[in-house]
Amino acid sequence: MSQLLPPSPDRPGENYFGAVAAVAWKDLTAELRSRELLSAMLIFAMLVILVFNFALELDKKSRETVTAGVLWVTFAFAGTLGLNRSMSVEKDRGCLDGLLLAPVDRSAIYFGKVISNLAFMLIVEVIVLPIYSVLYSVNLFNPGLLSVILLGSLGYVAVGTLLATMAVQTRTRDVLLPILLFPVVIPVLVSAVQASKGFLAGLEMSEIMPWLNLLIVYDVIFIAAAFMTFDYVVEE
Amino acid sequence: MILVKKLIKRFGLKTVLRGLDFRVEPGEFVALLGPNGAGKTTFLRILASLSRPSLGQVTIAGFALPAQVAAVRRRLGVVSHQPLLYDDLTAEENLRFYGRMYNLPNLDERIIEVLEMVGLMARRHDLLRTFSRGMQQRLAIGRAVLHNPQVMLFDEPYTGLDQDASEMLDSVLRNVAAQGRTVVMTSHDLARAEGLASRFDILSRGVIAASASQVSLGQGNLLDFYKGVLSA
Repeated sequence: MSQLLPPSPDRPGENYFGAVAAVAWKDLTAELRSRELLSAMLIFAMLVILVFNFALELDKKSRETVTAGVLWVTFAFAGTLGLNRSMSVEKDRGCLDGLLLAPVDRSAIYFGKVISNLAFMLIVEVIVLPIYSVLYSVNLFNPGLLSVILLGSLGYVAVGTLLATMAVQTRTRDVLLPILLFPVVIPVLVSAVQASKGFLAGLEMSEIMPWLNLLIVYDVIFIAAAFMTFDYVVEE
Repeated sequence: MILVKKLIKRFGLKTVLRGLDFRVEPGEFVALLGPNGAGKTTFLRILASLSRPSLGQVTIAGFALPAQVAAVRRRLGVVSHQPLLYDDLTAEENLRFYGRMYNLPNLDERIIEVLEMVGLMARRHDLLRTFSRGMQQRLAIGRAVLHNPQVMLFDEPYTGLDQDASEMLDSVLRNVAAQGRTVVMTSHDLARAEGLASRFDILSRGVIAASASQVSLGQGNLLDFYKGVLSA
């Protein structure tokens, strides 16, 4: 039987990155085992692509022009599903309280969730891109486009994780997240769609850069805003 | 160890705690009793730093809430009727995760020590989803004592447990208290509370309406005391 020991010394901030890594590790380990969230996101993404493919009946030229929009709508819808599920797991079993009881800055929990949510979204995107390429006969393997997908997903997940934490504490959490998220994330989606369209159309970098810069600026703003407000979002 | 002065908690226009005063000495085991809606869970969530008081002072182990919240959390273990554990992690992985959140040294040895204490060493590699409710609650206690807290808060820990699981939990709770920890437990099960606690506080209408020690009350008199306070 263990005896009562003095608590370890209080060293605020010492465990910050350890806590971020622990939250991300926990989410990734649990998801790799259950695959509930990833399979739901993937199936949903596939269905959206198929629906667009059959509904629009596009010729080759039209396909190239709508690709960026269809891709980002697919990522946004599938991402919302993942964000909702990721926070529901914490709330349903009271695990969010367990996280909040840990003696770490609460933004560490936020960044841990952002890392795992971003990883889930990127995994879905990596699988969706080649399937989209085949279905729509569009070459998506463009380094510029891949960097836009990374930056756009980061911005989407940064604000989505914060709003999912807020929404999960309400009774109408399933419908509330998209209602809160889509108006806020419009700048990220618009700049991601425009930058993606630019890379797919082979435009000059000087024409794409304003959208790319806007995307980076919004990523920074959303991450900073979430870092500052997460504590208040989870406070009762 | 725990000192609460004139605690008020409001949710919008509704006042749940109305100037509550509460004091617990080191090593005491206090059962916090009261009817549904009396504010027991709200009070415990404030002590656990999960909810901010609207007014009043809360000090735990000499540290004030919410100003010194990290120091309080390091000294606090919380068990509720939900296990605060993850279904898709094993027992050991759940403890490892919380150990990393608390930045514990010698985590491997500590996890083994705790699993032995709660009697789950043989199931350490099994997923939590395969555990019975009673086993989950024992692991929840293991999670709460992992960082060796001085103060333990239990919110209705017997909810949903069958007789065997409740008896097993009794013995784990006695072990936890025997290690010198200060314990505050809310419960509707007066018989169980009487067998464990050294003091009984009755929370009614947002204040501590009465308090009595096990010694002053005598064995078997808690129910009459409880009914008498609530009918007054």
